[in-house]
Amino acid sequence: MSTMSDTPNRASAVIIGAGIVGNSLAYHLARLGWRELVLVDKGPMPNPGGSTGHASNFIFPIEYSKMMMELTADSTEQYEELGVFTQSGGIEVARTEARMQELRRRCTQAKAWQIPAQMISPAEVAKLVPYLDESVILGGAHFPTVGVVDSLRAGTLMRESAMQLGALTVLAGAEVLGIDTDDAGRVSAVRTTKGDIETSVCAICCGVWAPRIARMAGARIPLTPIVHQMISVGPIPLFADTPGEISYPIVRDVDTNMYERQHGGDMEVGSYAHRPIIVAPDDIPSIEEAALSPTEMPFTQDDFDPQLMQALELMPDLLGDERVGIRYAINGLISMTPDGHPLIGETPEVPGLWSVAASWIKEGPGIGRAAAEWMSGGAPEIDIHEADISRFYGHQRTTAHVIARAREGFNKMYGIVHPAEQWESGRPVRLSPVYDRERDLGAVFIETAGWERPNWYASNDVLLERYAGRLMERGAEWESRWWSPIINAEHLAMRDACGLVDLSAFAVFDIVGPGALAAVQSVAVAQLDVRVGRVIYTSLLDERGGFRGDLTIMRLGPQRFRVVTGGATGMMDVKWFADHLSEGGPGGGQAVIADQTSAWTTLGLWGPRARDVLSSVTPADMSHDGFKFGTCREIELGGVTVLASRISYVGELGWELYAPIEEGRRVWDTVWEAGQPHGLVPVGIGVYGTTGRLEKGYRAYGAELDGSYDLVEAGMTRPKVKEQEFLGKDAYLAQRSSPPCALLCTLTVDDHRSASGQLRYMLGGEPILTAAGEALVDAKGRPSYVTSAGSGPSVGKHLLMAYLPAEHAVEGNRLAVEYLGEQYPVTVAVAGSAPLFDPENDRVRS
Amino acid sequence: MEIAVCVKRVPMVGGKIVVTADGQDVDTRMSGFTVSPHEECAVEEAVRLVERHGGSVTVLTLGPPAAADQLRDMLSLGASRAVLLETDGREWGPIATAEAIVAQVTGAATDPAASPDPALPGPAVCPDPALPDPAASPAPALSDPAASPEPALPYDLLLFGNEAADTGDYQVPVRVAHALGLPCVTGIKNLEVTDAGARAKREYRGTEEVFDIPLPAVVSVKEGINLPRYPSLPGRLRAKRATIETRAPQWRADGLTKTGLRVPAGESKRAEILGNGADAVPALVALLDELGILS
Repeated sequence: MSTMSDTPNRASAVIIGAGIVGNSLAYHLARLGWRELVLVDKGPMPNPGGSTGHASNFIFPIEYSKMMMELTADSTEQYEELGVFTQSGGIEVARTEARMQELRRRCTQAKAWQIPAQMISPAEVAKLVPYLDESVILGGAHFPTVGVVDSLRAGTLMRESAMQLGALTVLAGAEVLGIDTDDAGRVSAVRTTKGDIETSVCAICCGVWAPRIARMAGARIPLTPIVHQMISVGPIPLFADTPGEISYPIVRDVDTNMYERQHGGDMEVGSYAHRPIIVAPDDIPSIEEAALSPTEMPFTQDDFDPQLMQALELMPDLLGDERVGIRYAINGLISMTPDGHPLIGETPEVPGLWSVAASWIKEGPGIGRAAAEWMSGGAPEIDIHEADISRFYGHQRTTAHVIARAREGFNKMYGIVHPAEQWESGRPVRLSPVYDRERDLGAVFIETAGWERPNWYASNDVLLERYAGRLMERGAEWESRWWSPIINAEHLAMRDACGLVDLSAFAVFDIVGPGALAAVQSVAVAQLDVRVGRVIYTSLLDERGGFRGDLTIMRLGPQRFRVVTGGATGMMDVKWFADHLSEGGPGGGQAVIADQTSAWTTLGLWGPRARDVLSSVTPADMSHDGFKFGTCREIELGGVTVLASRISYVGELGWELYAPIEEGRRVWDTVWEAGQPHGLVPVGIGVYGTTGRLEKGYRAYGAELDGSYDLVEAGMTRPKVKEQEFLGKDAYLAQRSSPPCALLCTLTVDDHRSASGQLRYMLGGEPILTAAGEALVDAKGRPSYVTSAGSGPSVGKHLLMAYLPAEHAVEGNRLAVEYLGEQYPVTVAVAGSAPLFDPENDRVRS
Repeated sequence: MEIAVCVKRVPMVGGKIVVTADGQDVDTRMSGFTVSPHEECAVEEAVRLVERHGGSVTVLTLGPPAAADQLRDMLSLGASRAVLLETDGREWGPIATAEAIVAQVTGAATDPAASPDPALPGPAVCPDPALPDPAASPAPALSDPAASPEPALPYDLLLFGNEAADTGDYQVPVRVAHALGLPCVTGIKNLEVTDAGARAKREYRGTEEVFDIPLPAVVSVKEGINLPRYPSLPGRLRAKRATIETRAPQWRADGLTKTGLRVPAGESKRAEILGNGADAVPALVALLDELGILS
């Protein structure tokens, strides 16, 4: 029974949307001490008519994304505590050989995350699911801890719990009419059909309606409603006597993009196979207009008919029984985002307006908790930077982009998606000034943050002969996708002579003003009060001392700092710094942030001949003593004023070159010309992002560096910690005071030969095991897995990075890696951050 | 026995009906379509009758090309033949609708696209051998009853829903019966085949009326006569593969012309809470007394 409440005049936070996410958020905020919360929904309790109300409610714990896996694990725990979880087991079945490999990959990934999983034969599948025709499948992956939940009940219990704490007022049947902001642009009130509520914090948890609500405040939430068809078929005679909601494992018929789950006496059959059907948020029916509910839209029969046939194929007797009728069929509405990850965080446009949207049932409670922790001023315990709503660039927030990517991603829901898989729709968008040059050189482009970046250059195939025997060629199709031995040839050519890299995808922003030093000092681990012209490489931490970022900062003036960071995290880093410039923050409101990404183009030139090449086109002193490592200054280069910065992410002598974007092509042409006699080659991201740095042990944020690990474990401590305060300092000092329970290591693969005699090459994410094949778990309960993998052509080895429990982080220690279901011997080559290649860093400092 | 059931494609609406901007039609952008509820029960009733007594069910609709969806839905319930009298989407009045139905069921259709597609062989779709070849026999003139004997009717029973959910004219079954000179009973909630024909029952003001009628006859039924089955998966797939015979009858103006649609100003529904638990008893007793339920 919902409370018929009077509308409060004010609230500490207004939560819009009483689905699984909104209810979870209310509960966790209340638990963290928030009071005077108001939960608003235009629909009735307990089912206001959103996606939660018609969800299929099952949870498979296996995910490739660490974040999604952790959110799912946390949510499952919460559902279990609420007493609404029923374990049923789940099986993904394969109809093709390609899928069998994918299932082995999933089982291997499950092992890395300590999720129970086994490959089983068709006969074993039929034993667990007797109504499945085993002749249709080649095998299956069994996940015994799969289960179903009662998400409506969970939401109700969480909501009532918050109410019992006296923390929450619930306003059902109240439609949001507007969100007001004050002169500073901050949320000031939420207006509803049941009255207005003053508040400075508003969380949008209403899923498919989120973009509409966000627009009321002038913010954008980049998701689109999309249809997911499901039917319920019954009464199934076999299910008549089974107790409870489910007695048979859930089947994911992944090759047909379908699932079948028992639900009481019915079989629910769902499909992601149909054409993508987008519904604009403004076209979602109202509760009054809808025949069932706003997110249960009329079923379009034709779109589902092929799936009926496939379901009949798989479960012929059960579903082919003429007594069994299709009793429920909907085009259900769910939310989809451009990259498939949720949208969590304070919107960049409107302070105080939070997005907590685009969640599945299986992450709902976890997302509510993470958002509540974040809203309460701390870093969420689970690292959710991949779901940070501020990650999007302008073009990614457009409806056209959101819809195009949602359409492209929909039919891949159960697809075999390669770790390096590229999006195709909506490209190209962001073109570097030297795109034409790259294309003419046969660049094979990949996309990062909308930028077209050369992965490698086809014109470099002339190098294959020169470096034959050192290319570490890959025979198996899977790891050859989005890869070429040319990458390794470029790497070797760069280390022999020099390579020219286009780094225009970097995000570049300046922090300027009297408060600039204080602001950057407060978020960076490294000392920033340095001479003008110094380049500082630093980590950013959260208050628990976990990684939040990793970037370089150039001091260009007493009151000007230029931050350079990877394109993928650029917008998040901008927001992070901007949040620390505010009135009450360390910058004292005395600094501004200026995004310079579209003003500068960045090229990189590295290799033993780099100095020779640049010296020929600039009068500046480029000698080792004249231009020290870790410094930057303006030079004249071919008639352009260029900011040159002597650092290197590939571990070679060289410079990053920053030119005004409109002059970038001239700089490229100048350096290209000058480089030809020196053996200059164009070098792609295959080298810059992987091979170069793996050989040098350089870490990457999002791979090795995330919220669950710290500087000590990553082997990145410096002798001293700066005396100034910075975010995470206390935690970091505590971490330094005792030996770490895990250490980041670089491992080499000793034998690539599979059981069938093929040479196999790991791609990342695989579990590291003892030589006997047992799991490696550190004292904090974190299993060891490969954070980055790739060729190390100069050392002639395939390299893996992984955190190992301290007792195993010993050079020479022999372990194993499991790849696609088979184990391969590996050895710890480096325990810590010492480079494998050029350990003394002679090249960089030459 | 051979049964023909007439169905209509109607919008499947929620509680609130929205009219298009020009005030002419129901706005169906957000709704699906369905067969009118009384008619769906008529199809179910027909299928049950042939399951018991043998024969087949033909389902027939006058509607736009998309009405083929509704015919397939009815095929998946167990009808074995489907005929679409295809319109251009314009609304047809009850007089013209009845005429088109009569022309179809008597095989007297005179439209240009007269020859039926042969139905695909298969267990659920059988060509109707009783239907005369329109090319073979001359089309009888319906408007001149004295000129020719009553047209041949290959059906024992013509079933209808009592009224369509959208237009609610209540006329089509009666007009069809009159044109064919057949007995007609409406509002039926129970139907059985007997030795003498059929026994049809309906409720009227607390009593039950029983009609014994000879066949062939026209019967219109009301929702509640049965609970229609849900289509099975194989049923749905058979329906999908079935051929729908299509005719293109000529539209003609009818007695009534629609000028527009208007949604009446809502009487807002109110739920009054009488009280909680035992405290509600006095108010509840007063209400029951007011309703005349207490003796």
